[in-house]
Amino acid sequence: MKKETIILGIETSCDETAAAVIQGGRTILSSIISSQMESHKRFGGVVPEIASRHHVEQITLIVEEAMEKAEVTFEDIDAVAVTEGPGLVGALLVGVNAAKAIAFAHDLPVIGVHHIAGHIYANHLVEPLEFPLMTLVVSGGHTELIYMKEHGEYELIGETRDDAVGEAYDKVARTIGLPYPGGPRVDKLAQTGEADIDFPRAWLEEGSFDFSFSGLKSAVINTLHNARQKGTEVAPEVIAASFQEAVSDVLVTKTMRAVKKYGTDRLLLAGGVAANSGLRGALQEAADREGIHLTIPPLSLCTDNAAMIACAGHFLYEKGKFADDRLNGVPGLALESF
Amino acid sequence: MKLLAVDTSTYVMGAALTENSRPAAEYITHVKKNHSIRLMPAVRSIMQETGWKPGDLDAIAAAEGPGSYTGVRIGVTTAKSMAWALGIPVIGVSSLEVLAFNGRYTGGVISPFFDARRGQVFTGLYRWEDGRLVQLKEDRIIPHGEWLDEIRSLGEPVTALSPDLEKHEDLLQEKLGQLFKPAVPQDHLPRPSSLACLAADREGTAAHLFSPNYLRLAEAEAKWQEKQKEQQHERK
Ligand SMILES: Nc1ncnc2c1ncn2[C@@H]1O[C@H](COP(=O)(O)OP(=O)(O)OP(=O)(O)O)[C@@H](O)[C@H]1O
Ligand SMILES: [Mg+2]
Repeated sequence: MKKETIILGIETSCDETAAAVIQGGRTILSSIISSQMESHKRFGGVVPEIASRHHVEQITLIVEEAMEKAEVTFEDIDAVAVTEGPGLVGALLVGVNAAKAIAFAHDLPVIGVHHIAGHIYANHLVEPLEFPLMTLVVSGGHTELIYMKEHGEYELIGETRDDAVGEAYDKVARTIGLPYPGGPRVDKLAQTGEADIDFPRAWLEEGSFDFSFSGLKSAVINTLHNARQKGTEVAPEVIAASFQEAVSDVLVTKTMRAVKKYGTDRLLLAGGVAANSGLRGALQEAADREGIHLTIPPLSLCTDNAAMIACAGHFLYEKGKFADDRLNGVPGLALESF
Repeated sequence: MKLLAVDTSTYVMGAALTENSRPAAEYITHVKKNHSIRLMPAVRSIMQETGWKPGDLDAIAAAEGPGSYTGVRIGVTTAKSMAWALGIPVIGVSSLEVLAFNGRYTGGVISPFFDARRGQVFTGLYRWEDGRLVQLKEDRIIPHGEWLDEIRSLGEPVTALSPDLEKHEDLLQEKLGQLFKPAVPQDHLPRPSSLACLAADREGTAAHLFSPNYLRLAEAEAKWQEKQKEQQHERK
């Protein structure tokens, strides 16, 4: 019997240094994440140069830990998959060059993986993907609706024209006065308030699957600003709850429309903002109502990790899509060209 | 002892293989093109040409900085990852020392430098003594004018070596006058075989512990520390 394929995954696109070992495309033998959150906190956001410096220091330690935990040696590994982009260029370069060097040392193939493909494939680790399917990707840098007919085929049918959802959350958090990273804190606060303020929803042109959150963000800022000028107070939990409701309203409505238009009954949620309680709840409710099968990965697989990269890499391995020695970090890598 | 040496700390990209300090192969380019794309093909090519296998290597040497932050990281990441994967040590050598090696057989002192913007340079002071390179002053980042005043006072001839020479030539002439000794163009470009030669008789580091020597804080970090100091001052 042929043994199952084992992929070593490496992810360094932003502020987590991560490595994982995946067997047969679905079994997580290990997944190690070293977060730099604490190092960036005092700057109020991720500082690219500092992120890159941490990655170089951590990279071999994290890969070693992943291999030890998985109890595999280089003999067991079939390929090294690494995030090629998008992300912070200096950060990506550490993962890419480490992957190439490790692969060279043991004559293994290297596979370049798109970070968002990784976020989508996090779902495959939960439940095997079935096609065609629709994915809502919501993260710090992306808000996209992606339609897939089969493994490795991505059709971008809508995306944000300005801020990504996570970004909007972080900015709103800052105006309310919550510390970085604000997204989860706004979520928590929202659960304690009533959504009494009717913030604007950007539906854009008829039939468009694009998003826009900058208007909503400005409305939140203006509301707080006007209240302060009048010397009145708006309860922050009311702001948070109203903002959260406006966000999920648009995301859920457009996603369900896309599902209907493309005639799929499989829906995935991907990316760090999939941790959001309001969005999870509202999307699950809508999916149940329409008889759509929805997958939402556990929190540990929603935020950046290398298990998702190894998983997406597994399918590229099956197709024989290997990178060569010239593999580079590409900050603006497009998904569809993948 | 078989060594692979890589240096990507400036726009010069170099990879070399040496056996007991004798160069077996060397790959160098002096073009401003992406090191991340070109380093691995360069390493593979010299390994293929010599017929060496990764498992033959006893250690990997890398120029550890100072230099371009991203550039240094490409070489250091490649070296430490490969060394870790092969279970062999990494030997870090100052990128300035590698360049200073080109001043061999000169009398006087050698000041290798890289432009560090805003009038500053990464530099140090070396001398070639009895067939060995000796460090006289530690590597540092310093306004170039200030540095040249300091070394002029030694009263010795100075061989200044730098891939960024052009930008600093007038200042060197002005500050050093007769003490300034010119060098031929290729001596301003670091060679990976020099790196290997310097590394050959040094102790290695465990790959996990090896990281760049930037000689300068990240800008955000420096600003943050400054702000802390100011605030402390105000509180007093
Ligand atoms: N419960 C939550 N509610 C809202 N936002 C959240 C929640 N948890 C995390 N976020 C937001 O998710 C973002 C981080 O997600 P993720 O790690 O996927 O993004 P990223 O990797 O930085 O971006 P990308 O994957 O697009 O490159 C941050 O903006 C964070 O504030
Ligand atoms: Mg991400």
